Amino acid sequence: MIEIPPIDWSVVLQLCIIFGGATALLMADLFIPEVRRRVTGYLALAVLAAAAIAGVAPWGCRGHTFSGTIQIDSFSLVLNWIFMLGAAITIVLSFDYLPRHGINRGEYYVMILFAVGGMMLLAQGADLVVLFLGLELLSITLYALAGFAYPRTTSEEAAMKYLLIGAFATGFLVFGIALVYGATGATNLAQIGAVLAEGRIDGENRIYLMAGAAMTVIGLGYKISLVPFHMWTPDVYEGSPTPITAFMSVAGKAAAFAGMTRFLLTALETQREIWVPILAALAAITIVVGNLGALTQQNVKRMLAYSSIGQAGYILLGPLAASERGTEAMLYYLLAYTLTNLAAFGVLIALEARGEAAWNLSDLGGLWQRSPGLAIAMAIAMLSLAGVPPTAGFVAKFAVFTAAWQAGQAVLVFIGVIVSAIAAFYYLRVVAQIFMSEPTREVEISSDRVLAFGIGLSVIAIVLIGVLPARLLNLI
Amino acid sequence: MLANYAFIGIFFIAALIFPLIPLIAAWRLRPARPTATKLDTYECGLEVIGETRVQFRVQYYLYALAFVIFDVEMVFLYPWAVAYNQLGLYGLLAMTVFIVILVFGLAYEWKKGALEWV
Repeated sequence: MIEIPPIDWSVVLQLCIIFGGATALLMADLFIPEVRRRVTGYLALAVLAAAAIAGVAPWGCRGHTFSGTIQIDSFSLVLNWIFMLGAAITIVLSFDYLPRHGINRGEYYVMILFAVGGMMLLAQGADLVVLFLGLELLSITLYALAGFAYPRTTSEEAAMKYLLIGAFATGFLVFGIALVYGATGATNLAQIGAVLAEGRIDGENRIYLMAGAAMTVIGLGYKISLVPFHMWTPDVYEGSPTPITAFMSVAGKAAAFAGMTRFLLTALETQREIWVPILAALAAITIVVGNLGALTQQNVKRMLAYSSIGQAGYILLGPLAASERGTEAMLYYLLAYTLTNLAAFGVLIALEARGEAAWNLSDLGGLWQRSPGLAIAMAIAMLSLAGVPPTAGFVAKFAVFTAAWQAGQAVLVFIGVIVSAIAAFYYLRVVAQIFMSEPTREVEISSDRVLAFGIGLSVIAIVLIGVLPARLLNLI
Repeated sequence: MLANYAFIGIFFIAALIFPLIPLIAAWRLRPARPTATKLDTYECGLEVIGETRVQFRVQYYLYALAFVIFDVEMVFLYPWAVAYNQLGLYGLLAMTVFIVILVFGLAYEWKKGALEWV
């Protein structure tokens, strides 16, 4: 009789709900007629809600199962909630978008659920193989979702570019994992950490370890769109269906950050003096290049893509601090960024009511006269991205800067503050456009209630988090 | 260590030589009396129609995908069947879940009309 190791199902309960729900939804959608496609979306929301509730009971617990490859702790629970929040708002924003663009298919919602499952594997993974599995699941669904607006050529182009670059990044990741395994003899993050703590890795193995760790970080760096691995971001974000762009930029990024944090802080904890300076340099370049790239964009969607590159640099300050406080700051930033970016993209979705691109800076002109609600939402989102108080973006930036400062990254904090002052220019330019310019052409604005609800909810959350930061920071 | 690789080298050389021997033998031994019909492309004995380079229906790829799914299923089922007695109830349940997921895939494909040849 082969002994089956005991399985602690409470560790993987959320994963089971998401994957089981997604599979059941795929079947259920076959019997839902196209005119009632929203039902599929609502069912997907129900699955997300059930999984979110399932995360309440294990709060504060730590545990692992499946031979220590999947774990649960407050880090993974908070991240899972962020992923599910991002996915839920994305689904709400999509209800109106999909039929208007003629892509009202149920697989859309199913694939979002599967992507969330992949993200949760990244957050809960305690083994490099599980991290790889999660990243692949997430990436493959996102490739398909990026090309979901088939036969629109820009969407196909986005999917193609994302697939090619993503496959390339995967190659780096797998080779990196193989080299790390070759050097340490383990794929389990905690075991790698233990082997490295003993300090027995030297000579040839040391080189393999360093090369492997670098390639793993590069593989994840593509997904985070760290400079210089960011080239795909503007094109893919511009071509993808707008709700998917929003989803990729927030949840996909958060998941890759989760994997990276786990790898750096669990497996490579003892090698801190090697990776901290390298990643600090990368964070600095990312902040500068992303924000400077956004400065000249006339296309708001593209500007948000560059802005998301810059934001990734700020988020990286959290894991760089390599402290409890730094990780908390990262989680906080990810939550704030998720809400803010979804609100901003939500406004762009509302402007696309005619089923065509309406995301030039001039299309936002005079939005205040045409739709005061959307104007205020966009303004608050832009202020939050710029990091102006009293929004969530300010508190998030403040938290990562404090953590980095305490970790002795004074230069990095200095660069970050200077560049966010420069970045405020292009965020505020959008605000100025909304309130002070006249519209140059007639852009139809969607009046869908659910869409408005999604944007409104995000905006209220941004402000609430900005006003009551202490309470939430304590919670995390 | 290196000696282990020598076997791979020998294998490669053998793999090259073995197909070459019958090819060369056939080339040396056969009588060469070509006619127009003999030089024609062999297409299951039928008259040749059109070019070799044609566009394939995209449906072939759907079939190939479905085939790969069931091919991989076999790969999993064989070792499971061999170890069936030792795996017990847990193994049975795990394999049931796996097959149910595959059945869902097939049902999805069927309902979407991917199995119809249009």
